[in-house]
Amino acid sequence: MKKCSLDMVVSANIPLGSNHFLLKFTHKEQLPEMLPGQFVQVRVDNAPGVFLRRPISVNFVDQQKNELWLLVQKVGEGTRKMSEYKTGDVVNMLLPLGNSFTMPQSAQSRLLLVGGGVGIAPLLYMGSLLKQQGCNPMFLLGARSADGLMQIDDFKQFGEVFITTEDGSAGEKGFVTQHSKLQEHIDKIYTCGPTPMMQAVARFAQNNDIECEASLENKMACGFGACLCCVTQTQSGHKCVCSEGPVFNTKELSWQI
Amino acid sequence: MADLKIRIGELEFKNPVTTASGTFGFGEEYTDFMDLDRIGGIFTKGTTIRHREGNAYPRMAETPSGMLNAVGLQNKGVDYFISSIYPRIKDYDTNIMVNVSGSTIEDYVATAEKVNELDKIPAIELNISCPNVKQGGMTFGVSCAGAAEVVRAVRKAYSKTLIVKLSPNVTDIASIAQAVEEEGADSVSLINTLLGMAIDAETRKPYLSTITGGLSGPCVKPVALRMVWQVAKAVKIPVIGLGGIMNTADAIEFFLAGATAIQIGTANFIDPAISVKVVEGINEYLDRHGCSSIYDIIGALEA
Ligand SMILES: Cc1cc2nc3c(=O)[nH]c(=O)nc-3n(C[C@H](O)[C@H](O)[C@H](O)COP(=O)(O)OP(=O)(O)OC[C@H]3O[C@@H](n4cnc5c(N)ncnc54)[C@H](O)[C@@H]3O)c2cc1C
Ligand SMILES: Cc1cc2nc3c(=O)[nH]c(=O)nc-3n(C[C@H](O)[C@H](O)[C@H](O)COP(=O)(O)O)c2cc1C
Ligand code: FES
Repeated sequence: MKKCSLDMVVSANIPLGSNHFLLKFTHKEQLPEMLPGQFVQVRVDNAPGVFLRRPISVNFVDQQKNELWLLVQKVGEGTRKMSEYKTGDVVNMLLPLGNSFTMPQSAQSRLLLVGGGVGIAPLLYMGSLLKQQGCNPMFLLGARSADGLMQIDDFKQFGEVFITTEDGSAGEKGFVTQHSKLQEHIDKIYTCGPTPMMQAVARFAQNNDIECEASLENKMACGFGACLCCVTQTQSGHKCVCSEGPVFNTKELSWQI
Repeated sequence: MADLKIRIGELEFKNPVTTASGTFGFGEEYTDFMDLDRIGGIFTKGTTIRHREGNAYPRMAETPSGMLNAVGLQNKGVDYFISSIYPRIKDYDTNIMVNVSGSTIEDYVATAEKVNELDKIPAIELNISCPNVKQGGMTFGVSCAGAAEVVRAVRKAYSKTLIVKLSPNVTDIASIAQAVEEEGADSVSLINTLLGMAIDAETRKPYLSTITGGLSGPCVKPVALRMVWQVAKAVKIPVIGLGGIMNTADAIEFFLAGATAIQIGTANFIDPAISVKVVEGINEYLDRHGCSSIYDIIGALEA
C-alpha cells in the first residue's frame, strides 16, 4: 500500500467525556484505502515541546464522504493541541501506516473485539468492516468509569456491545477479562488498549486456545520503518511496531504471559 | 539554475544533499514519499560484520527540539546487506554509501573489504563513534590515536571513497579530523549524535533502556555548525556537515560554515520528503544570490 503525506481538513471536533475527543477530517480527493489497525502520523505544529509526529489509529473511514475519524485522548502537549483543532484547520498526516488486523477464516467465526480506554479506537473501523463482510462481531469495551466510555452507539451499529468499568458505574464491574461474556465460545479475539490489559487478554486467549491479535502502541519517531526506535521483542527477534505491526498475533510476542 | 554538482574524493554528486545514516533506512522506506534519484546520495543504516539485535526498548525519547535514540546499531549484518538489500537498491540513480560500524578494528576492516566488492557502492562512511570492545568500550573516535588506527587499517582494505564520520563527544574535533585526514580519509562527515540522557521525574526512571543515548535534531545544530566551521578550517579534504538540518536555511548555514555537502537526518522523520525540498531550496537560494555554483557559498562565511 502506497503511503502518502496528505493535508487533511478538520470537519468536526467533538469532545467525548472530559478527556477524549473525536476529530473528523475530510480530504478533497479520494482517500487512499486504509485497513483496520492501521494508523496515521499527525504533524502537530505550534505546540510547545512537540517535535515528532503523533501516531493515532484510524478510528473510522467513510470512503464515500472521504472522511477519516481519529479518536484521541488528551495526555500531553501534542494531544492537547489537537483537542483545540477547529473546523477548517489543515493538518498534515502520513498515512496509511502499519499492517492491519486479519480477517477471520469464516463469517461464522465468533469474534470478540476487546478494547480498553482509547484503545477502542481501531476496533470501531475493524467492526465496521467485519459487519460489511457478513460477520457478527461482538465488542467488549472497558473503561475506568462510565465517563471513559465512548462511541458506544457507533459500536452498536456493527454488533452487540458489552461493557465493564473498574468502578462499576456502567456495565459489569471489574476488568474486561472478568466479563461473563468470556465464558462463552469464542474463535478469535482482536484487542487494543493498555499493555497490561492486552497481556491479560492474551493470557486468557492462550489458556482457552483462542486466536488473538493485539495492536501495540510503542514510542515512535518515524512511523514508517526507518529509525528502528519502536521495536518489540518477538519470537523472531526485534520487530518494528510501526511497519511490521502495530498488529501482532499474540503468540508471536515475547510477552511474559 | 545554478550548478549543484560537487565532488568528494573521486566521487561526483549531482547535488550536495544526502540523507544521514540511521534515519533513512536503506532508502526504500522513503520511496512512497519522494524520488530518491533527485538527491545527491544516501547513507545507509549502520552496518556491522555480524547481525546485531540492538538495544532493548525503549530506544527513543523526545526532547525539546530533538530526540534521543539508543537503537544500538540494530542491523542484519553485512552479508545480509549484500545478499538481500543491495540487489534491491543498487540501481537507484544516486550515490548509495554504506555506513560501516564495528567494535574491533578487524570487524571494521572485514566489513569494508566486503563492501569494497560491490560495484554500485562508490563510498563508505566509517562510523568511528562505536565503542571499542577491546579497549573497555572506549569509543575509537574520541582520541586521535584511536581514530587514526581504525582509518589506517580500513584505508589499506578499502580502495574507493572513504568518508569518516566524527563524534562530537570530544574536546578537540579539529585535531581528530586532521588525524584521519593524515591517514588517507577522503572526507569527514560531522556530527554524529551528542551523548545525552532523559529522566522521568514522576517515576524517577530513565526514559531509555540504556539510560544515555544520542541526541539529534535542531537542538544540536549550533554545536554542529561550530564544529563544521572549526574542522573545515583545519583540513583540506571536503567536509560533510550535518546535525539538526530541518530546512533550506539550515543547510545554507552549513555550506557557509565550510561544508561541501550536507546530510539530513532526524528531519526525515517529520517530513519524509524534506531532502528533495532542500535541493529545490538551495537552487532557489543560489539563484536569488546570483551564484552560478554551489561552490560559491562553500566556506563563504563573512566573519
Ligand atoms: C500505533 C499507535 C496508535 C495510537 N493510536 C492512538 C489513538 O487512536 N488515540 C490516542 O489518543 N492515542 C493513540 N496513540 C498514543 C498517542 O500516540 C500518544 O498518546 C501521543 O503521542 C501522546 O502525545 P502528547 O504530546 O499528547 O503526549 P506526550 O507529551 O508525548 O506524552 C504524555 C504522556 O503520554 C505517554 N505517551 C506518549 N506517547 C505514548 C505512546 N505511544 N504510548 C503510550 N504512552 C505514551 C508519555 O510517556 C507521557 O507520560 C497511539 C500510539 C501508537 C504508537
Ligand atoms: C534513530 C537514529 C539512528 C541513527 N543511527 C546511526 C547509525 O547507524 N550510524 C551513524 O553513523 N549515525 C547514526 N545516527 C546519527 C545520524 O546519522 C546523525 O549523525 C545525527 O542524527 C545528527 O543529525 P540530525 O540532527 O540531522 O539527525 C542515527 C541517528 C538517529 C536519530
Ligand atoms: S518508529 Fe521509526 S521504525 Fe518504527
